[in-house]
Amino acid sequence: MDLAKLERRSEFEWRVMPFGRMRVPGVIFASEALLRQMDDKVYEQVTNVAMLPGIVAASYAMPDAHWGYGFPIGGVAAFDPDQGGVVSAGGVGFDISCGVRTLHTGLRHDDIEPLKKQLADTLYHAIPAGLGSTGAIRLEAAQMDAMLRGGAHWAVDQGFGEATDLERIEEGGCMRGADPSQVSEQAKKRQRDEMGTLGSGNHYLEVQQVTDIYAADIAAAFGVKPGDVVVSIHCGSRGLGHQIGTEFLRRMVISAPGYGIDLPDRELACAPIRSPLGQDYLGAMRSAINCALANRQILTHLTRKVFSQLLPQSRLPLLYDVSHNTCKVETQTVDGRPKQLFVHRKGATRAFGPGHPDLPAALRQAGQPVLIGGSMGTASYILAGTRASMQRAFGSACHGSGRAMSRHQALRNWNGRHVVDELAGRGILIRSPSSRGVAEEAPGAYKDVNAVVDSADHAGLACKVARLEPIICIKG
Amino acid sequence: MSAERWEHFPHEADMGVRGLGATLERAFEQAALALTAVVTDPATVTPLERVSLACEAPDTELVFVDWLNALVYEMATRSMLFSRFEVRLQGHRLSAKAWGEALDIARHHPAVEVKGATYTALKVALQPDGAWLAQCVVDV
Repeated sequence: MDLAKLERRSEFEWRVMPFGRMRVPGVIFASEALLRQMDDKVYEQVTNVAMLPGIVAASYAMPDAHWGYGFPIGGVAAFDPDQGGVVSAGGVGFDISCGVRTLHTGLRHDDIEPLKKQLADTLYHAIPAGLGSTGAIRLEAAQMDAMLRGGAHWAVDQGFGEATDLERIEEGGCMRGADPSQVSEQAKKRQRDEMGTLGSGNHYLEVQQVTDIYAADIAAAFGVKPGDVVVSIHCGSRGLGHQIGTEFLRRMVISAPGYGIDLPDRELACAPIRSPLGQDYLGAMRSAINCALANRQILTHLTRKVFSQLLPQSRLPLLYDVSHNTCKVETQTVDGRPKQLFVHRKGATRAFGPGHPDLPAALRQAGQPVLIGGSMGTASYILAGTRASMQRAFGSACHGSGRAMSRHQALRNWNGRHVVDELAGRGILIRSPSSRGVAEEAPGAYKDVNAVVDSADHAGLACKVARLEPIICIKG
Repeated sequence: MSAERWEHFPHEADMGVRGLGATLERAFEQAALALTAVVTDPATVTPLERVSLACEAPDTELVFVDWLNALVYEMATRSMLFSRFEVRLQGHRLSAKAWGEALDIARHHPAVEVKGATYTALKVALQPDGAWLAQCVVDV
């Protein structure tokens, strides 16, 4: 990105002052080095989002921002319904409520080592991963609607996991306002066999070890210390979310002129929050959030079964579950006054600070855990929301390392088999149905997650708590 | 005039699919092959079973995205891959046949699942060399 187009506000905050049809500034949080690597498309997309009706404060990009659809991936924008604000299917993305959850295991690295290969193979067998894999349960119409209304609550009621999991999930595991009648039959059909599946692409289940602690008090509140083994699951709302995204993007593109919205890019397709289409989308999108929460809950249950079989001394309570493709109604402070805003986070994690009423009692002092996924060979991080993060970008932080190159380029650079062998040499076991998928997801195809997380920390978006390294990765 | 062909073009996070052909229909068919190639080598997919598809949209570019999304939907719900296509366009109304077979994980080694076709880098246009081009980015 050409830095001459930006005004530097601090070491990690860059601004695009409004020009043309921009209603608010663009703000990018990143180090100079990360910013230089960012595609110019991020600049274009940040400024395009700033043109949308009812946007409040600024159009934000996180340190892992890269070229997305309409919104950059790593984009955050809030809209005020009282100011003609919009809800955007493109601002949420196809994989609605894609997210990460991390489970404790009560195990130490030494407990895992002798069983590592067996654990990798058993997890790979138990966790449906990759294209064409199907879940163990098939949902008929009435169950589908109950799942879309109930989210992780529904899953727990079905015997997947425990009631104590729910307080460790955003929205207490159930997104209110879901309206399954706004989810098409096609979307439901696409989901019928996909409950409890990981998906493909950048989705994974990893067994990880805690290598470093940066904030001892917060780490203690989160219950992590060096040498601990944890499990992280990254996946989303599967076919249902993809189909809802596809259908509403189309409806919003076609209806935008009728709502008097002149889209700078079709992929920014949106509708006024207070319009029938906006409300229909919110009902469907919230159903997809519940689908993702239920899906991660089922995968948690499958993971626990494997651990209890191989390592009976293990216990896998949920540390936390975050969603990073959402639009949520939140009370945010704007110009010193509380305001109900529709906050879009596209490839961005909610990062509420200490004391926030939406956090469970056990975590309220420490701040919200912010779970940052790496790629197969690289570190993942646990951060925490801070009081300052609420003032930066409506309590939001990055979501992962972000791609540094296309799949196309990755395929030219790496061979899947070699990637698996190289990682095995470093003690990281990869299990995946697709060698080409592994090559496309090679660690080198991603930005340096350490640099991304350092930028998020220094910019005050969230503070670094712990670093995790992969031991086993089940790759979709 | 250039021959019919498909290709992928880079997108930072995902994949661009592009079809070129002497007519719009041929370009759409080639782009569908590019879509299959995101998942697997189209040469490994035997055109055994036929599926009929239809879509309609307010303009040609939207019809193109609808066409790819109709294929994504059939691939997902039938658990199939397609390797032969026959597209007919009447104005902004498309009807098509697609031939393929059930996904066989051992044989097709699917790389990735396509979530949907997007409006990013969407273009349907006549090229200076007289060939039609149809392209967009697909989310994987």
